[in-house]
Amino acid sequence: MKTIFLYIRPKLRQMSLQLSIKFAGTIVELLLPWMLSVILDTYAAWGNQTMIWIWGGLMALCSAGALAGNVIANRMATRISRDITISLRRDLFQKITLLSARQEDAFTTPSLISRLTSDTYNVHQMIDRMQRLGVRAPILLLGGVTVTLSLEPVLTLVLLTALPLLGIVVSFVSRKGIRLYTRTQEALDRLICRAQESMTGIRVIQALSKTGYEKARFDADNREAANRECTAGLLMNLTNPVMNLVLNTGLTLVIVVGAFRVNNGDTQPGTIIAFLSYFTIILNALMMVSRLFVMYSKGAASGRRIAEVLDTPGEMETLSLPVANQDLHIEFEHVSFSYAKRKNDIEDINFSLLPGETLGIIGPTGSGKSTLLRLLLRLYDPDAGVIRIGGRDVRSIPMKELYTMFGTVFQNDFLHTGTLGDNIDFGRDLQADQLVYAAKAAQADFIFSRKEGFQGNMASRGANFSGGQKQRILLARALANHPQILLLDDSSSALDYKTDAALRRALAKEFGGCTKIIVAQRISSIRHANHILVLEEGHTVGYGTHETLLQVCPAYREIARIQTEEVE
Amino acid sequence: MAAGKDLPGGPRGGAFERPKERAGVTLRRLWRYLFQYKWMLVLAVLLSVGGNLLALVGPKLSGYAIDAIKPGPGQVDFQTVFYFAALMLLFYLFSAVFSYILAALMVRLSRNIVYRLRKDVYDHLMQLPVHFFDSYPIGNVLSTLSYDIDTVNTSLSNDLVQVLASIITVGGSFFMMLSISPILILIFVVTIPASIVFTKYRSKRVRPLYRRRSEKLGELNGYAEEMTGGLKTIKVYGREANFQKRFEERNTAASQANYEADSFACMAGPTVNFMSNLSLMLVSVFGALLYMGGGITLGGVSSFVLYCRKFSGPINEFANIISELQSALAAAERIFRLLDQQAEVPDAPGALELKHVRGAVEMQDVCFGYGEKPVLQHFSMSAQPGQTVAIVGPTGAGKTTIINLLMRFYDPDAGVITVDGKDIRSLTRASLRRAYSMVLQDTWLFTGTVLENLAYGKEGVSKEEVEAAAKAAKIDGFIRSLPQGYDTVLQDGGMEISKGQKQLLTIARAMLLDAPMLILDEATSNVDTGTERAIQAAMLTLMQGRTCFVIAHRLSTIQNADQIIVLQNGAAAECGTHQELMDKGGYYRSLYQAQFDTGKA
Repeated sequence: MKTIFLYIRPKLRQMSLQLSIKFAGTIVELLLPWMLSVILDTYAAWGNQTMIWIWGGLMALCSAGALAGNVIANRMATRISRDITISLRRDLFQKITLLSARQEDAFTTPSLISRLTSDTYNVHQMIDRMQRLGVRAPILLLGGVTVTLSLEPVLTLVLLTALPLLGIVVSFVSRKGIRLYTRTQEALDRLICRAQESMTGIRVIQALSKTGYEKARFDADNREAANRECTAGLLMNLTNPVMNLVLNTGLTLVIVVGAFRVNNGDTQPGTIIAFLSYFTIILNALMMVSRLFVMYSKGAASGRRIAEVLDTPGEMETLSLPVANQDLHIEFEHVSFSYAKRKNDIEDINFSLLPGETLGIIGPTGSGKSTLLRLLLRLYDPDAGVIRIGGRDVRSIPMKELYTMFGTVFQNDFLHTGTLGDNIDFGRDLQADQLVYAAKAAQADFIFSRKEGFQGNMASRGANFSGGQKQRILLARALANHPQILLLDDSSSALDYKTDAALRRALAKEFGGCTKIIVAQRISSIRHANHILVLEEGHTVGYGTHETLLQVCPAYREIARIQTEEVE
Repeated sequence: MAAGKDLPGGPRGGAFERPKERAGVTLRRLWRYLFQYKWMLVLAVLLSVGGNLLALVGPKLSGYAIDAIKPGPGQVDFQTVFYFAALMLLFYLFSAVFSYILAALMVRLSRNIVYRLRKDVYDHLMQLPVHFFDSYPIGNVLSTLSYDIDTVNTSLSNDLVQVLASIITVGGSFFMMLSISPILILIFVVTIPASIVFTKYRSKRVRPLYRRRSEKLGELNGYAEEMTGGLKTIKVYGREANFQKRFEERNTAASQANYEADSFACMAGPTVNFMSNLSLMLVSVFGALLYMGGGITLGGVSSFVLYCRKFSGPINEFANIISELQSALAAAERIFRLLDQQAEVPDAPGALELKHVRGAVEMQDVCFGYGEKPVLQHFSMSAQPGQTVAIVGPTGAGKTTIINLLMRFYDPDAGVITVDGKDIRSLTRASLRRAYSMVLQDTWLFTGTVLENLAYGKEGVSKEEVEAAAKAAKIDGFIRSLPQGYDTVLQDGGMEISKGQKQLLTIARAMLLDAPMLILDEATSNVDTGTERAIQAAMLTLMQGRTCFVIAHRLSTIQNADQIIVLQNGAAAECGTHQELMDKGGYYRSLYQAQFDTGKA
């Protein structure tokens, strides 16, 4: 909550004004039943009509005052909570975009999404309601008790004996209830995951006629979620009847004790009537308090989850490190790295590229090809060794500068809702001719044959385009800015050979000056690279040109043999 | 998952577009759900009536008790006080018990309805044609499944009882007040019209504001969800600031819409209290005047005040309930629209089981398009039992469509597809689909153990059989290297394993299935060459004696095919064996040669 409080602090001044107004409005409201008792016990008993009218007028005034105060205060509260939420959500998203890849992996994407959506929503609700009810409920409660004490201390004591009992019930139920609701939420999350999963796999499910099986699995989760919800509901619904019963019992006692007091001449019947009115107020206030309690625990839990992200220390600081050989464009020197920090995912990788050279990386699935690109991009820092660009250690290059150097296509890279043009431009405000140029170079001619061209719609994850089309859009994105370094991770695997060849020609012709690292499965994609790195389980098993590798590297020879023997 | 339970605005606009139905139709369909539990409902109504009536008697009794407390020392009629106090206790106790039983009943009722709705929606989803999932965002369906169903349920179970309780409370209080003092009732001539006017005004103003709020929040959440999926790409393009700015726009819009709705809605509470306070004031003044004239007792005034509070509460509550009901109706409409999506056309009456498949497949003059645009035009082909048919062609030429039609995920607009001479429309879908094993471009794994994932599709296989298939697909070694081997649970559809490994797993699944016909759709394009070769060897064994349809960009995969069909613009442009097509020197030849074109040419 400390972190969340930092967001509340700048608003404290406004908040205290809001709370004071709320306070005033609530106090005024509290006076009403007392005024009722004055009218009944004093003026009605005396038969003073004028005074009754005057006090009636006062009551109307107080009611109006309460209305005005509460409305103003509530509006202020929503404004304050709006401002707090905007900045909290903004900072959270900002922080999320700045998390290092390792931190992002640790949080996991679904969790980050729910922190951004449901958790910020819960915190907003909490801040909003706390301001509105947080003052009102305690004041009504304390004020109600104070006024009744001044009216009739003995009767109040009767009422007060009920309070500890209520406290116990409320705190027991809400504590247990929160736990039950957390469990319900977990079951619901599982349910939704299950539904999402089977919708993605609908083809497989229908092809294998497994719909019955899927229905049964969903049914089990559904039943579980529904039952947990039910259990939680059965418990939570206990509060109101119990509270009502306890308080109504107290009320009956008030009447009985009041009867004795009136009989002894210690109090008046009108007071008991006023008392009963306060009593409803106190009852309502108590309900509010118990609701507040639930809301606070929910908001606080969400607040903690948000704070976890916000308080994550920045990783990947820019270090100042000495500059080495500036002739080389890209250099890997004894680089080792492990994601899980157990077994190395890549080990002792060495290569160097002059400006304009091309490196091809080939090797089996899971051999560490993509990892090399991620290290060069400094999404992760190597555990050992040095990576240099233009002689500078990548750790010494400010992120802003580093990322302007690259054009990158990851495997199954990110495409988002918007237009085709948006996805190629990717927020860089490129010129229209740059887009056209990039699309042509990336062989994405299909864009021009579409009626809407760059204005064509892109669905989330590019779902409305084929694999080959998506890859070409992503390529266009990488090329659009004429980067110094082009990183392509298996980015033409869905293209047919003809398009792939045309792409290679275009890259050689138009992007000759740009240093390229190409991860591929097909030898034809990389055979003319200046250097080829053959990886197996994170180790270099071959490094050289196509011709040398054919002679000295059995693994490479094997791949080449498989891929070319069909030519015969 | 972001479809949190209490997130408003989950559903994003645009899904399941269809003309809006009249509210009456939606209500009637909702009623059908409730009607399944009619006995629970009847019991709930009885309890609600009983509980509320009991609670109504309380203030009246307290009024009698107070009347027995005559002002002045020694005047109190204790016997009467005790009598009514005891009655009060009894009534309150019963009322509490009733209301808890009612609440418990409603919790169970709502559990049943939620369960039922979710089951119906999900079961229906499983019956929907693949086409549906190709064209609607899954996120929208999910938010219907969680958020919309929740909204409907809350409203059905809570609001219904609340409406009922309110009616009883209002009616009962009115009757009670009438019995205490018919004249004092006249004060409501002032407050009721005021309440009604305010309520009407408020709900008219608030409704569009709330709608906007849900919309904007939905947009914001959708954006957050999408962007969080692309963080690494955003980072390597250094576009953080840019996407932050776009997020900020949506953030501000959503917060502002929320503010506008709330700043109006937050008037409701104070106004309700104001009405109630105003009534209190009127009762005090006129009650006092009446009391002076002897028209009412003090106890009467007391009871009147308590009833008056009960009376004005629900009237203002109605506004809330109405707006809740409206959002529930909108949600219900989305649910029903989903349920109205045309399920797969049922199997023809008397459809036959496809048994003892030989594997002769023929497509005659097939035309098909997903929408306006035709994808296949008068396409024909025929595969003899045991033949391998390879389909090649540029992206978008309709290769995947052929698979969709063969598996009957879609029906052709014209033309006939037969298996062993039988029109596939005369066969049951299940038996037709079981006749194929399939390895698709998009690998699909679910949360479950590796074993479960592999054995999916074939019931009752032994662990040994699964392991044998895994070995054949060259993935056994990898599986054994996982922490729990075959019992390792794959989270989130196998997020933690690479695409190539996922593909190997789905290949192993297909191998295990051992169906008489085989479909491979670009299955090997992400596997490295060494592995691919090993798989191919295994595949060749598998393909023996089976009819196979292969779509691959690597010509090596299909060179040995009995028949290669080159698909261009939705029709078979060329057809023949590898050698025949090479000799012909057409598109296939140029495609084949491109494989060895290095870009330096």
